[in-house]
Amino acid sequence: MNILSLFVIVPVLTVIGIMFTRNMKQTRVVAAAGMGIQVLLTGILMYLYFGERAAGNLAEMVLVKDIVWYESLNIRYTVGVDGIAVAMIALTSIIIITGIFTSWEVEYLSREFFISLIILSTGVYGFFISLDIFTMFLFYEVAVIPMYLLIGIWGSGRKEYSAMKLTLMLMGGSALLMVGLLGIYYNSAPDGGPLTMNIMEISKIHIPVNVQLFLFPFTFIGFGVLGALFPFHTWSPDGHASAPTAVSMLHAGVLMKLGGYGVFRIALFLLPDAAQSLGGIFIVLTAISVVYGAFGAIVQKDLKYINAYSSVSHCGLVLFGLLMMNKTAMNGAILQMISHGIMTALFFALIGMIYGRTHTRMINEMGGLMKVIPFLSVAYVIGGLASLGLPGLSGFVAEMTIFVGAFEHPDMFHRVATIIAVSAIVITAVYILRVVGILLLGPIKNKDFEGMKDAKWFERLSVSALILAIAAIGIAPFWLSEMIGFSLDPIVSRLLAAL
Amino acid sequence: MNFTYTVLIPLIPLFTFLFLGLASGRIKPQLGGLIGTTGLFISWILSLMTVFKYFSLEKVDGAYQQIIGYNMVWLNFSDKLHIDMGVFIDPISVMMLFVVTTVSFLVHVYSLGYMKGETGFVRFYSFLSLFSFSMLGLVLATNIFQMYMFWELVGVSSFLLIGFYYQKPSAVAASKKAFIVTRFADLGFLIGILLLSFNTGTFDFLELTNPQGAAMQTGSGAWLLGLSTMTWSLIFVFMGGAGKSAMFPLHIWLPDAMEGPTPVSALIHAATMVVAGVYLVARLFPVYALSAPVGLEIVAWVGATSSLFAAIIATTQFDIKRVLAYSTMSQIGYMMVGLGVSGYGGHDGLGYMASMFHLTTHAMFKALLFLGAGSIIHAVHSNVMNEMGGLRKYMPITHITFLIACLTIAGIPGLSGFFSKDEILAAAYHHNKAIFFIQMFVAGLTAFYMFRLYFRVFWNKEPHYHHTPHESPLTMTIPLMMLAFASIFIGYIPFSDYISSDFKPFETHIEGIIAIPSVLVGLIGIAIAWVMYKKDSDLPDRVSHGFRFFHRWAFNKFYIDEVYLFITHKFVFNRISTPIAWFDRHVIDATMDGIGWITVSTSRLIKPLQSGQLQKYGFVFLSGVIIMALVLLYAAFAA
Repeated sequence: MNILSLFVIVPVLTVIGIMFTRNMKQTRVVAAAGMGIQVLLTGILMYLYFGERAAGNLAEMVLVKDIVWYESLNIRYTVGVDGIAVAMIALTSIIIITGIFTSWEVEYLSREFFISLIILSTGVYGFFISLDIFTMFLFYEVAVIPMYLLIGIWGSGRKEYSAMKLTLMLMGGSALLMVGLLGIYYNSAPDGGPLTMNIMEISKIHIPVNVQLFLFPFTFIGFGVLGALFPFHTWSPDGHASAPTAVSMLHAGVLMKLGGYGVFRIALFLLPDAAQSLGGIFIVLTAISVVYGAFGAIVQKDLKYINAYSSVSHCGLVLFGLLMMNKTAMNGAILQMISHGIMTALFFALIGMIYGRTHTRMINEMGGLMKVIPFLSVAYVIGGLASLGLPGLSGFVAEMTIFVGAFEHPDMFHRVATIIAVSAIVITAVYILRVVGILLLGPIKNKDFEGMKDAKWFERLSVSALILAIAAIGIAPFWLSEMIGFSLDPIVSRLLAAL
Repeated sequence: MNFTYTVLIPLIPLFTFLFLGLASGRIKPQLGGLIGTTGLFISWILSLMTVFKYFSLEKVDGAYQQIIGYNMVWLNFSDKLHIDMGVFIDPISVMMLFVVTTVSFLVHVYSLGYMKGETGFVRFYSFLSLFSFSMLGLVLATNIFQMYMFWELVGVSSFLLIGFYYQKPSAVAASKKAFIVTRFADLGFLIGILLLSFNTGTFDFLELTNPQGAAMQTGSGAWLLGLSTMTWSLIFVFMGGAGKSAMFPLHIWLPDAMEGPTPVSALIHAATMVVAGVYLVARLFPVYALSAPVGLEIVAWVGATSSLFAAIIATTQFDIKRVLAYSTMSQIGYMMVGLGVSGYGGHDGLGYMASMFHLTTHAMFKALLFLGAGSIIHAVHSNVMNEMGGLRKYMPITHITFLIACLTIAGIPGLSGFFSKDEILAAAYHHNKAIFFIQMFVAGLTAFYMFRLYFRVFWNKEPHYHHTPHESPLTMTIPLMMLAFASIFIGYIPFSDYISSDFKPFETHIEGIIAIPSVLVGLIGIAIAWVMYKKDSDLPDRVSHGFRFFHRWAFNKFYIDEVYLFITHKFVFNRISTPIAWFDRHVIDATMDGIGWITVSTSRLIKPLQSGQLQKYGFVFLSGVIIMALVLLYAAFAA
């Protein structure tokens, strides 16, 4: 049995297991056990991956498995990973397990809740291991659809509206994507012969440039919608505001990364010539995203809105780094995906926990929480510092790598775009400190809050795990950066060849 | 010679930070304080060892060597660029080690008394350790990116310590302001680093500052506004330094930072962190001097302006800590001037040496002033001059040490401040007469405002005290005495034997033409303060009334804060952020909703067709057939 397939099979088995549970307590134990196995598997996967590399396997993808699935269209279940996919799988595992612990006390339809959550994670895992465009797209849809139910049923506020909006916008993105992907498929054999869906095979051929120019916007925007690309980001604030905690964590933490991952794995890797010629337009859009999101966050009052806009800004930086199309910046972009994933999951977890105690998310209705719930407050400050790029935490490493990489372009266009993006570090500091100042510091505003209890064990567990991950990346980024950098080589050389 | 052990100097405070941070609330406060203090004591001893060991090393070609004590590659960016973590040992880093650990250790001891009984005592010590770790890491940085990282960490420790009393809204606001203003300056620093490293292909100080190195020659072509890339990158880098060192116009955070506990003001906002900007320029000095003289000119003028500006404001303030804050800003201006007017190599590098000299002496006497102020505040429970007076009777030790510090900063011969300030003035005299006269005037102002403070607090009329002020405990007065000792004698160190721009010792001597006028100016300042403030009189009021227009401007700090407030609130919040948030909801999001609405309404529009009524379907069907038939007939006839 290929270890990669286990990443999809274990969640399915967990879902089946949950169907047989009788109450909330059993359900959550089964869910945690299943996702715990995923964490273990991630450890084994890393061990195997480094083993392969240490043994001198220089192939782009390792642990490859190829099964024909639908012969007449040459659709295959092809899986395999490189360092980037391994990193993304690790990210997913951290977030899903902490997400389960954060939802430890979901009582309403808990069985269905955990089932939807785990199906969502199946889609995400499947997406990251796939090397076949069709399979990838399939898993992508598997990840998006449970979101509708999760927000619509377990959400809060205008949940039906938000769920519908989020799903429709993402589906709109999928529709664009479908066009792009089919276009790639039908051009995968320009010299005749069988068409293929396999990414690695398509990467070896050269799709005609005029076709690339046509397909690139479809694929880029299709994935970009999920990656909160300006101006297709508005599902994010509403969606996050209504989503239950664990769903926000998974969605901002992992699902939005599918966008970035897809952009470089498909849009940039398979359509390099178009990426080089059209990249400029999208650099403008992403630079706008970065600053626009940060400015948008400054005046928000709802904690989730602040974080949603902040995600627009940070995810904009991911796409910005990718579009710089050199190794350093792309490496930084992938680090940023991971860093932002963990960071934003931490934020949403904390926001959920604070909301569970105060029953409000409006920062002006709270104040002085540091005195009453010191653990959660300190965790929030640490998350904030990571978000504004404090050295020693993950955000700094990712941002600096992107900026240094972006500065490798000596022309004025890239320079100006980079300086605009860099200036977001100040705006980020403004909105983070504003929230910290209003929410956590100062005198206690509401007397009812004085009796609040600090974090329970499962909350401490998930918050500490996320903080540890942030600090680990921030203090020792070298191994992660090497692992990603090695796997970026083929993609970067292909992009440079197209120059 | 092996200097690997110097890694421990920053690492010990890091461990005490982690330990105290995690154990906070679980251990006894006094124990926490002792652990923090012991950790710093070890670092201090190690630093002293390093000072002696380093300066007794064999010189090569008559120059001190630059030693990499330890180095590891931390993060690879590309083939050329990588961030390293390491320890860089050269005269100025060793000097800074001495300054930082000495002041930090004394502040740790002092805080055992000053902070006694405060809630969050252990938290305070863990933050102090964090700060010491970051500051030492900054000082020992082998490359500019490592420096930037620790630079940010220093900023965050400063943020945490200013906001130590986090339930006090003014402290929260001050900490936020300090962080954001310095962060804005750091944006310039970062852009500077990016530009610099792109041109030179390295972050490494050794490669950057080597006068014969390749890095020095790069980026010399004109780029923007007639200045070279190198000059621009160094101007941007200096922006970071100006922010951290509270130079005009990025100084507005420093006076507010006085909201933090007084020992913090002494350590961070007087002796160590705020001179980081000076240290940064000194670190890159060969590059400034040899490749970007325009940048150095800017450093000199920013320093001179800030120094004058701050000294004027200091004469009008009533909060004793704020007076000291403006005084710090003014003295840092002196250091910047020293660097700005300096040349490279030999006696030309007098300004460089003088600046470092002044940095050291200033660290001692300004820490002494702040700790003395802390002792006063501890006794009378107020920061405001009007609620003090006649304290010399109650607090003899504080009084004598404070007087020593005031005489030192006023430049009275024989005390350390005289020597270092005199060298700066000498360097300015030979380079730029305008700046020389400004600094001379500032010297007079300095003597005046310091003695205004001294006479107001220790002499003058005694207000009604709620309970009789008393001398502070020994944990507080011993550091005062040690610093007073240092303030007197540290000026006798022959600095030019150890520190120079090209690492080679050179000769200096006191020039009468500069020393005599500067002492006279200082004495005049003291005399005016004596007349106006020794006894309670209405003379100060009459004087300020005489200059009322100017006084109002100075008292309100020339309204710079209001300008910033206008920019941030009126502009950033109301003119950028609010419109963007509105635009996002009402334009972009509304467009998306609009698309949804069109879909739904189109569906509503055509919904009646699917009515389920057979007659209607029949009618539509028949009409369709007739229309088709007509079309076909028309087509047939037309053909």
